[in-house]
Amino acid sequence: MTDHDTLSKKLLKRIAPSQAGFEDLVLVPVFAVIMALILGAVAMLATNIGFATIGQSYLALLEGSVGSLNAISETLTAAAPLILAGLGMALGFRAGMFNIGAEGQVLIGGMAAVVVGFSFSGLPMVVHLPLALMAGALAGGLYASIAGWLRAATGAHEVITTIMLNMIAYRLIDYILRLPVIQRPGRADPISKSVLDSAELPRLLDWIDPNLRVHAGIILVLAAVFLVHWILFKSKLGFEFRASGENPEAARYAGMRSGLIIVIVMGFAGALAGLAGANQVLGVLGRASPGFSAGIGFDAIAVALLGRSHPVGVLMAGLLFGALEAGGRQMQVSAGVSIDLISIIQALIIVFIAAPLLIRTIFPWGFRKIAPTKNSAGKE
Amino acid sequence: MEIELRGITKRFGEVVANNNVNLTIRAGEVLGLLGENGAGKSTLMNVLSGLYAPDEGEILINGTPTAFKGPGDAITAGIGMVHQHFMLIPVFTVAENVILGVEPTGPVDFLDLKTARKQVLEINEEYGLSVDPDELIETLPVGIQQRVEIIKVLFRSADVVIFDEPTAVLTPQEVTEFFEIVKALRDAGKALVFITHKLHEILDISDRINVLRGGEIVGEGDPKTITEMELAELMVGRPVSFDVVKEPFAPKDTLLDVRNLTMLRENDDVAVDDISLSVRSGEIVGIAGVQGNGQSVLVEALTGLARVAAGSVHFRDKDITHASTRARHRLGIAHIPEDRHRMGMIPNFTIAENMVLDTYYDDRFSTGPTMHWSAVNKSAAEDAAAFDVRMTSIFEKAGNLSGGNQQKMVVARELSREITLIVAAQPTRGLDVGSVQYIHSRLIEARDSGDGVLIVSSELDEIIALSDRILVMFKGRIVAEFGANGAPVDKNAIGLAMAGATV
Repeated sequence: MTDHDTLSKKLLKRIAPSQAGFEDLVLVPVFAVIMALILGAVAMLATNIGFATIGQSYLALLEGSVGSLNAISETLTAAAPLILAGLGMALGFRAGMFNIGAEGQVLIGGMAAVVVGFSFSGLPMVVHLPLALMAGALAGGLYASIAGWLRAATGAHEVITTIMLNMIAYRLIDYILRLPVIQRPGRADPISKSVLDSAELPRLLDWIDPNLRVHAGIILVLAAVFLVHWILFKSKLGFEFRASGENPEAARYAGMRSGLIIVIVMGFAGALAGLAGANQVLGVLGRASPGFSAGIGFDAIAVALLGRSHPVGVLMAGLLFGALEAGGRQMQVSAGVSIDLISIIQALIIVFIAAPLLIRTIFPWGFRKIAPTKNSAGKE
Repeated sequence: MEIELRGITKRFGEVVANNNVNLTIRAGEVLGLLGENGAGKSTLMNVLSGLYAPDEGEILINGTPTAFKGPGDAITAGIGMVHQHFMLIPVFTVAENVILGVEPTGPVDFLDLKTARKQVLEINEEYGLSVDPDELIETLPVGIQQRVEIIKVLFRSADVVIFDEPTAVLTPQEVTEFFEIVKALRDAGKALVFITHKLHEILDISDRINVLRGGEIVGEGDPKTITEMELAELMVGRPVSFDVVKEPFAPKDTLLDVRNLTMLRENDDVAVDDISLSVRSGEIVGIAGVQGNGQSVLVEALTGLARVAAGSVHFRDKDITHASTRARHRLGIAHIPEDRHRMGMIPNFTIAENMVLDTYYDDRFSTGPTMHWSAVNKSAAEDAAAFDVRMTSIFEKAGNLSGGNQQKMVVARELSREITLIVAAQPTRGLDVGSVQYIHSRLIEARDSGDGVLIVSSELDEIIALSDRILVMFKGRIVAEFGANGAPVDKNAIGLAMAGATV
């Protein structure tokens, strides 16, 4: 074996994950959650809620999120659409696209799934359910590609266009829900016909207790986590996504077609958001009504940021946000503390995640002292 | 004013950036500080400007030991630094930038721009800087922006001015003007430190030279007696040969044939004006010229990154005028881009990922939609080792490599592909002597093995050392050709052509 071979063998050695990387990915989020809960308590104190009630409400938060089988079922049910849409956001972030339009894509995707879900009676579930899900993904994907195409063809910034497309989606859903072919017969308010049983995502645990709402959507979620992980890190397309996101000039230099990549990544992101909408209407709501997206598309931005745009991170962050939502409802019921507190805690988590230095300063014992790395010292 | 650094040691974790450094800076003198990238020059100057506290050793100002708690203390002590990367606000005027942070104010926070303008003009006059205080920074050429940085330092009444790689961003003419300014400052009694890795510059301007290697002062020199060769050996730590060994010139078929090429800038100005040129197999063609005379746009035209307005580009008799970048890669055209950070690499990607940035679609590395990372890693490790890219693992982030190694990584990627033509833009800009030598030898190797090479560089020495034929670009046109038919090359004549004189 020559020197050159030995050297190239040596270079193939993996680097052990650095302490700093661990701190950044795990410790910072954990401390961010702790800090948010502490400040949440301060917020409650400021509104004249006693210590006893605060303790009670956090207990209720815990109980309502993981305290029982029903609580876990609720957590998973709430987390599923957040993770799906969050994965879409993460994919966009990785490619440098700041897609604010998940909310609209959830609506459009959900609406398409509902229409397919109530339209074809007599189909077996193995055909009807996938068809409805695919309709949701396709509609969401196409809707998001509009923003991608506008960016690629005209340079219109996706933040602006996706916000505009959200507005259009809200009003479009209002309009569609009043169309005679869509609106439920005998109703004056805008509400759609109900999804047929054959297109519903089956509940998984109703043989234990019919009240357990967790449904087959979580299988979809796991599949999506794997798929997005594969796309980002194992596929050619993902390499192009990440290259365009990190350095668009270098991607162009490497001969990647940036316009096409933008449209494709927006299509994927929208498909995942659309799937989140389909998951809601086929698994939980059973029909569409105005604003059924309920902010999922906006929470998904927070989930993707908290999960550092990594599929597994998004899964974790989605579960956390699902738990906060499920627990928050319990908190409202048993401690009488408004569920709005949960929004405050969620917002605080994001603030602290965005400011890792703040977390390092507050919890100095959790982190190694930041010494300038070899790189910054040696750079001339 | 005399500043003495005594026994300065600075460590970062395990890395010793400066080890027991002794240095004296005197008024009315230019101290040249020479060293390769990573030798510890910047760390040392950051200690001097109060950014880092030394682990050992002390700083004596006029014999009194002084400890700087931060950059503010150093500024108060009269030490100012002109950084390589300017810290100016583009939409502010010169005067506004100069006073930033130390604004003269009247009652109720009234911003006294009038006084500021007057002071800028005074500094202008004293040192012959001729900068208009009312111009917006973004409208000024780089050379003038640098003067604004100098005015900023003088405005804060600095007696010691440190220049960190000041000529890296300047054109040859601007360098000459810059040296005039340095001399004026020296004659006015300022103490100056000139940091660089360029040998001839340090010989031109310094009164004393200190050479830094591996964090230690390894030698001192008197610029009147020491030679470039001796300095290079001190800096690199081993004998350096400046001679370029080439096979005899034996060009074969024409590879690249550019005919009447015209290119426009975004604002529809003509950037490349009716250029015709060719590159043959086994030939290095150098394009000399002061930066901004259309060379960058020419390279973009050849590599498919910009649209051709008129004319044609043929590669091995195939019309590629409008071919895509990817198509040109596949045909065997390598491109070493002029700005590796902006274009040539992705700092946050691993070295392995960077090594396949423009070959990842190849059958060796992917089938259908799936990447074969094990094949990528293996090939990246082999190519990186073959091109002497110094690193611990190919899974390291490319951004962590030193500049020289980053450029070697880019060169390794481009030259490891199946190629017959290399378009190299500023292939050694900002690199240390060792890396420059290495990259030059690989380009010559490629030429000797029958590839065609087109080099665009603003370093005339580089062009002359490597090229078989030299074309000079001025205002978008090729104004002169040298070395055709083996005629000897006259450096002066090239310099004149670069400045636009008709030959």
